[in-house]
Amino acid sequence: MTAPSLAAAPPALTGRRNLEGNEACALGAIRAGCRFFAGYPITPSSEVAETMARELPKVGGTFIQMEDEIASMGAVIGASMGGVTAMTATSGPGFSLKQENLGYACGAEIPCVIVNVMRGGPSTGMPTRPAQGDILQARWGTHGDHAVIVLAPASVGEAYSETIRAVELSETLRVPVVVLLDEVIGHLTETVDLGAVPETPGIARPFATGPREGFLPYAETADLVPPMPRPGDGYRSHCTGLTHGPDGFPTQNPAVAAAALTRTTDKLVLHRARIESWREQATEDADLLIVAIGISARAARQAVKDLRAEGLKVGLFRPVTLWPFPETPLREAVAAAGTRKVLVPEMNQGQLVLEVERVLAGRAEVAGLSRIDGETLTPDEIAGAAREALK
Amino acid sequence: MKDTKTESAASFDVNDYLRQDRMPHFLCPGCGHGIALRALLWAVHEQGIPKDRLAVVSGIGCSGRLSAYIDANTFHTTHGRPLTFATGLKLARPDLHVIVITGDGDCLAIGGNHLIHACRRNLDITCVMLNNEIYGMTGGQVSPMTAEGRFTTTTPEGNTEPNFDACALAAAAGASFVGREVTAQVLALKTLLGQAIAHEGFSFVEVLSDCTEIYGRKNDLGASPEMMLAKKSAMRPYAYRNTVDVPFRPNALRTGVLTRTDRPEYGAAWRAMAARIRNEEH
Repeated sequence: MTAPSLAAAPPALTGRRNLEGNEACALGAIRAGCRFFAGYPITPSSEVAETMARELPKVGGTFIQMEDEIASMGAVIGASMGGVTAMTATSGPGFSLKQENLGYACGAEIPCVIVNVMRGGPSTGMPTRPAQGDILQARWGTHGDHAVIVLAPASVGEAYSETIRAVELSETLRVPVVVLLDEVIGHLTETVDLGAVPETPGIARPFATGPREGFLPYAETADLVPPMPRPGDGYRSHCTGLTHGPDGFPTQNPAVAAAALTRTTDKLVLHRARIESWREQATEDADLLIVAIGISARAARQAVKDLRAEGLKVGLFRPVTLWPFPETPLREAVAAAGTRKVLVPEMNQGQLVLEVERVLAGRAEVAGLSRIDGETLTPDEIAGAAREALK
Repeated sequence: MKDTKTESAASFDVNDYLRQDRMPHFLCPGCGHGIALRALLWAVHEQGIPKDRLAVVSGIGCSGRLSAYIDANTFHTTHGRPLTFATGLKLARPDLHVIVITGDGDCLAIGGNHLIHACRRNLDITCVMLNNEIYGMTGGQVSPMTAEGRFTTTTPEGNTEPNFDACALAAAAGASFVGREVTAQVLALKTLLGQAIAHEGFSFVEVLSDCTEIYGRKNDLGASPEMMLAKKSAMRPYAYRNTVDVPFRPNALRTGVLTRTDRPEYGAAWRAMAARIRNEEH
């Protein structure tokens, strides 16, 4: 079994292609070495599964449509336990169903990528309409304290490159990574240069290679990422969702339990520089800063251009890594520009704004802008709210 | 004639397959799960499966805790979902022998849908369901396999729901190997588990275990030997079919190999299809 590598990209995945966001996610995953996909049909994410069903057999991978969302999450974790890079895709209701097994992957540190194409909720909601209502579910959907990474692409090109990054982060840090699209990005068609992908040197998972005797599957290493034993390599270790010590077996020893849980969350703090990603537009002197993700950030980008043309000092801060939230970069952008006001447009009743308020803690006046009717926020709406805030 | 039974018994030491540092185990005195575990490891031994190639996937409950005692690649997963983890693992790693250990609650209640579809798909996994008719780990609640009238903590006046035949369900859903045995017949159980492991395709084995401490005590079923003998007497080997004892034991459950069919194994079928696609591409 060879480690997944960008160099081993299939020849079909080159050149400029017109793709929709969901297809780009699937092709990005394959480009990054994903060779297993389990899923269940759900609007508006089904094209990820359909693309995987078509493309994975060509590269020696495995696709399976499972009996439900829970099963597909279980199968993905099972494949990953076997040493194969694995992904699933879903939308709100399915994402809710996957949460228990997602928590297992957090606790047992099993790499996996979950694409969640957000639609209107709660419950069945508006399956074909866009929303951004899963911002907090993506962070806190499973029970208990846990570490998880969430990436939020705002274009088809980013759906491709961020899914590659999702695989890389998941494999190298042994943590589940959620690729959080909204329905618009998932179904938007744009041109993507499949070849223009930076070579990521460390995409391969750290597999255990040392002595079998006395092997500790969850040993505390310097980088806090324990090398993963691959079945068949002779380690014969145990893996459980129960709180476990370095030996992988359940423990109720308070000191061991606390240390084990703390390591999995400290891991993301230690590697924060690699995980964090954000984009800034005209932030240098911004009186008002817009913070937005996904399609709302696309609308905000136009709003910034329009407002700048009017002479208003408005900028855009777009977290690409949504969780862990790029808090220091946001604070620095606000401090550097002397920003007075922050506007957070989002397609929910106010989720991202809570994090922005927490991060800025009074450094600037924060206001939200919500839309929950199944329509996207328009540049004019955002510009109007910005003008109002700057009055 | 070679006495293979004695030979196997002599060469098999269950301690070779157990993680000694995990002992003592946590099972209650009289619990049938230990017998089932021994029979399973004996069958693994007889099938000549190297421990490095053995993957044991378990769910949640008393049965789920057994994987931790086995010196192999072991995965203690989520409640009701071990078959889903095992499906991903086996598809990703066809070189591994994947055995699922599950319980009646894990497999038939919360995990019932996964069982049906694992049977239908016919991926080469051996599913061993330890049926003790109760949720033991959580303190003795009613399970889909609890008999009518039985007392549990959630049926204080007696169970008013019927239980059902898990083997009939598995066979109807397409499992290509289905069998049932009691822990009182450890040699027969070992043989059945060996046949299930050797079978190419999805195999389902129901092991009639006993929960003496919680279920037996609450229903005044006696200690472990009494419970096991009662189960044994309620069984009728499938080989007898509809012969002599039918009029006398009308409700007897059948044991032994109940279903064995030869249909395509899912993993092989998928790989053949994928290989054909790759060849067409080139």
